[in-house]
Amino acid sequence: MKALYHVGRYFLLMKHTFQRPENQSVYFRQILVEFENLGIASIGIVALISVFMGAVLVIQMAFNLDNPMVPPWAIGYAAKQSIVLEFSPTIISLILAGKVGSRIASEIGTMRVTEQIDALEIMGISPATYLILPKIIAAMVVNPLLIIMSMILAMGGGWLGGSLTNLVPTSEFVLGIQSFYKTYDIVYALIKTVVFAFLITSISSYNGFYTKGGALEVGAASTKGVVFSSVAIILSNLVLTQLLLV
Amino acid sequence: MIEAININKSFGDRHVLKDVSVSFEKGKTNLIIGQSGMGKTVLLKCLIGLTRIDSGKVLYDGVNFSSMSFKEMKGIRRQIGMLFQGGALFDSLTVEENIIFPLSMFTKLTVKEKKERANFCLSRVNLSNANKLLPAELSGGMKKRVAIARAIAVNPNYLFCDEPNSGLDPQTSQVIDELIKELTEEYNMTTIVVTHDMNSVLNIGENIYFIYNGQIWWKGDKDSILTTTNKELQDFVFTSALTRRFINQQNAF
Ligand SMILES: Nc1ncnc2c1ncn2[C@@H]1O[C@H](COP(=O)(O)OP(=O)(O)OP(=O)(O)O)[C@@H](O)[C@H]1O
Ligand SMILES: [Mg+2]
Repeated sequence: MKALYHVGRYFLLMKHTFQRPENQSVYFRQILVEFENLGIASIGIVALISVFMGAVLVIQMAFNLDNPMVPPWAIGYAAKQSIVLEFSPTIISLILAGKVGSRIASEIGTMRVTEQIDALEIMGISPATYLILPKIIAAMVVNPLLIIMSMILAMGGGWLGGSLTNLVPTSEFVLGIQSFYKTYDIVYALIKTVVFAFLITSISSYNGFYTKGGALEVGAASTKGVVFSSVAIILSNLVLTQLLLV
Repeated sequence: MIEAININKSFGDRHVLKDVSVSFEKGKTNLIIGQSGMGKTVLLKCLIGLTRIDSGKVLYDGVNFSSMSFKEMKGIRRQIGMLFQGGALFDSLTVEENIIFPLSMFTKLTVKEKKERANFCLSRVNLSNANKLLPAELSGGMKKRVAIARAIAVNPNYLFCDEPNSGLDPQTSQVIDELIKELTEEYNMTTIVVTHDMNSVLNIGENIYFIYNGQIWWKGDKDSILTTTNKELQDFVFTSALTRRFINQQNAF
């Protein structure tokens, strides 16, 4: 029952969010601010995780598939597929749900409890549109870029991991990366990323927007924002995989 | 002029506003006074539509505001300046950006004009060198004053102030009071000030409404309030040590 209430209120909030902005240029500037807050600020963590996870992925595969039946290039190929299809779009989106989601929920939650949202409303500005729409748009544009960066860096990390440990020679790894290239894999990954970006920003905004109380509740809202957007990512990942790949 | 007609508001089984009818005159400073927790802020929020009323209506210059949709309300809200009890400054923006914000949203002023307007508003609240500071770098009283500057930046027709002088020293408090009164007369605004500061009441109270138990218990002005025979109002007005000492001295003569 409670879940139904939240789902209903979430959709209502989205209805208020997707409205015509009061002033296009102010909103446009706000989107640029969010590019910085949500995108640029996440480059470091995404890069770090991608490089190391890519390296570990290749080393693990090389160890576990140490079998004459498996040619070395297959390791490169398998690594590429896991990075492109799941690691970068899904795992990195989960990381972003933690980083960006908590930021959004606590930012909007603080604005709620300190009456800044009321102040916007009194000025005749739709708070949902002004606060949430730029975040959703910015994340839907910037997350795919982060994910592409993550793919490249993870494969680079995989190459480093494989060649530094002498488990996968460079030439074989490159051959593996290049084999069976399908554009659709990338498209599939980017579709997922865009959907996840929407889920992260809208769900964590929802949790912040209806915060009641004080600093303690802002913390709780931020945690909820991360948990619910992560769960939404996991569930929709299953659905999207069914829809797009089968 | 803003009128409330028979408005009721409950939170759960707490009946906070009981059939309140009150009208606030244009060009006058209208005061709402009363003890803490009596529903002053709730009344203010009902008047501006932040809190939905259970029954009754609110009229802005004769226009029924409380039956409007959110979209229709926007039109009237652009003519409202509001000072929140806690300031409610946007904490990611500097003082100047806070004041410029509503101007960027709704006017076509150039950057230079907006800055001039911000400087003008800041000078009216005696804060001429604070433009580049962030709200976190201001004292409580400075935040209040910036919030007033932001409220008047848009040249509002209606000005709402929720405790403009709580947390201010007596001198600054008086400056703010006089500023509110001056602006009200200058721009012929309908101004509503919530306060429990007796100094402001005696300084600027042209129409005073005393709210008690969710009802308008008494109405009058800064002169009639001193001669009131209303028991609850007397308790409210004459509780401070200063006034008691003053009264005792008068009685001694
Ligand atoms: N959102 C709300 N939910 C439930 N009860 C509320 C809500 N807002 C206010 N109240 C209750 O309404 C009553 C009046 O509160 P209000 O904030 O109007 O007091 P006030 O007169 O402004 O007091 P103060 O001078 O301390 O600011 C209080 O008892 C408060 O508990
Ligand atoms: Mg109050």
